[in-house]
Amino acid sequence: MALAALESTREQFPILKETIRGKRLVYLDNAASTQKPDVVIDTISDYYRHSHANVHRGVHALSQRATDQFEHARRLLQGFINAREDAEVVFTKGSTEAINLVAASWGRTFLQPGDRIMLTEMEHHANIVPWQVVAQQTGAEIIVVPILDDGSLDMEAMAKLLDERVKMVGVTHVSNVLGTVNPILEITQMAHAVGAKVLVDGAQALGHLRMDVQAAGVDFYTMASHKMYGPTGIGALYGRRELLDAMPPYQLGGGMIRSVTFEKTTYAALPDKFEPGTPNIADAIGLGAAIEFLSPRLEDAHHLESELTLYTHERLSEIPGLKIHGTAPGKAGTISFTMADVHPHDIGTILDSEGVAVRAGHHCCQPLMARLGVAATARASLALYNTREDIDVLASALRRVREVFGL
Amino acid sequence: MMSELYQDLILDHNRAPRNRRVIEHPSHEADGHNPLCGDQIHVYAVVRDGIVEDVSFVGQGCAISTASASLMTEALRGRTVEEAEAIFQRFHAMLTDDAAIEGFPEDGLDKLQAFAGVREYPMRVKCATLAWHTLHAALAGDGRVSTE
Repeated sequence: MALAALESTREQFPILKETIRGKRLVYLDNAASTQKPDVVIDTISDYYRHSHANVHRGVHALSQRATDQFEHARRLLQGFINAREDAEVVFTKGSTEAINLVAASWGRTFLQPGDRIMLTEMEHHANIVPWQVVAQQTGAEIIVVPILDDGSLDMEAMAKLLDERVKMVGVTHVSNVLGTVNPILEITQMAHAVGAKVLVDGAQALGHLRMDVQAAGVDFYTMASHKMYGPTGIGALYGRRELLDAMPPYQLGGGMIRSVTFEKTTYAALPDKFEPGTPNIADAIGLGAAIEFLSPRLEDAHHLESELTLYTHERLSEIPGLKIHGTAPGKAGTISFTMADVHPHDIGTILDSEGVAVRAGHHCCQPLMARLGVAATARASLALYNTREDIDVLASALRRVREVFGL
Repeated sequence: MMSELYQDLILDHNRAPRNRRVIEHPSHEADGHNPLCGDQIHVYAVVRDGIVEDVSFVGQGCAISTASASLMTEALRGRTVEEAEAIFQRFHAMLTDDAAIEGFPEDGLDKLQAFAGVREYPMRVKCATLAWHTLHAALAGDGRVSTE
């Protein structure tokens, strides 16, 4: 059945055969970046070997081939998130650049003094800092929706805080620390009722769950290829056409203009308006390959990761002194924890010596760390190639931490 | 390999750091910050006639940074500022420079050898050197230091 199918999937990730300090690699840092299957690596390599030229401007065959593959990747992404049209998918460096694009372009154009930008306590710095800057520039104000003790968003507080002054709600789809999956449809309905737009940071979501931007009613959705089995350096912004059409360009240059004189420039249509300069062609095509790899497996992967998340919670709860941060119902496979007063960096180093890769630190979520009352956490995060054996190795490595520290 | 890094000496100084206290009237002091992990340290020194008469720290960090701060205070008390500076340079070299692995054979400094294992974990060099960089900044008259 499904799990057997995923078993063979694991074989498609060559890096998982690496040994680390003489031990089998147990890769549990997937929320930072997932590993890449052969098909993604090969697609990028094949592109450079057989198809590379600049896109959109050559009259020659290779340029056409590169353009076709690049635009095919855009359509794959469009289909994957069910955008209405491919022009609503703008390639960016990643989710961070996508948020910056909206904050700078939409924010500076449409925000006014007294307007409010609503964020949540669990946001990544990438969905805080761009809004802070645009708030300073426009006189808008940032308000913050708190979380509940289990790591869920406090929806009652959100309802109380939402009024006509709120023009933008910026919320992560899946928390990169707590694993919380936020109720996006409910949030867009509440926000739209008061006339606010909604930007959803999808960096942690798309590799793990199915997203339909139309059904969820989002205005903007941001994506990171390297967290969904694709290459680094590429991502995308989805925006509803009427919003993107009304926004000025974010960066200026070649390939995004209709006509230029020294007096006046008119801009190209979507999505070119937001893609000046030569884009990251190879990695966009690699992202397309990642989507073709992931999409047919996504439901199975979601099922496996949900079970493995429960198993991880179970095994980690057996370890004395270990505290898991984030236990919201239906959470994703991102498990943050602390262990007595052992610093997360010491946990990370000892796990590394056992071949186990986790993340330790504030995860670019300092306001959330303050809410949790910790300076940092260790974080294990899952992907479709992880197994129960991986979690067993994690658990015994964590017992090794207790030994080393004499707990 | 792990036993090399988390040696008993380091674990002991993490559990019971020496000279973790405020000095009320320091001649030199500085804040140190590792933005990577959020670790904060404040280092105090009393220097008279070119001698480091007292040195202490307060703050929270990982085992490596806490033990390093603790052992630094023990190693440097009573040294001249020039000696302290030279030891800092040697300590830094021991962690980062392949050519400098002879470390600290001499009496009084041999405990610093415990940190040689950090070389295997380059991400942790900043943990082991935070207190030292901070003292270096304090002695140089810079009030704040960041490992960035």
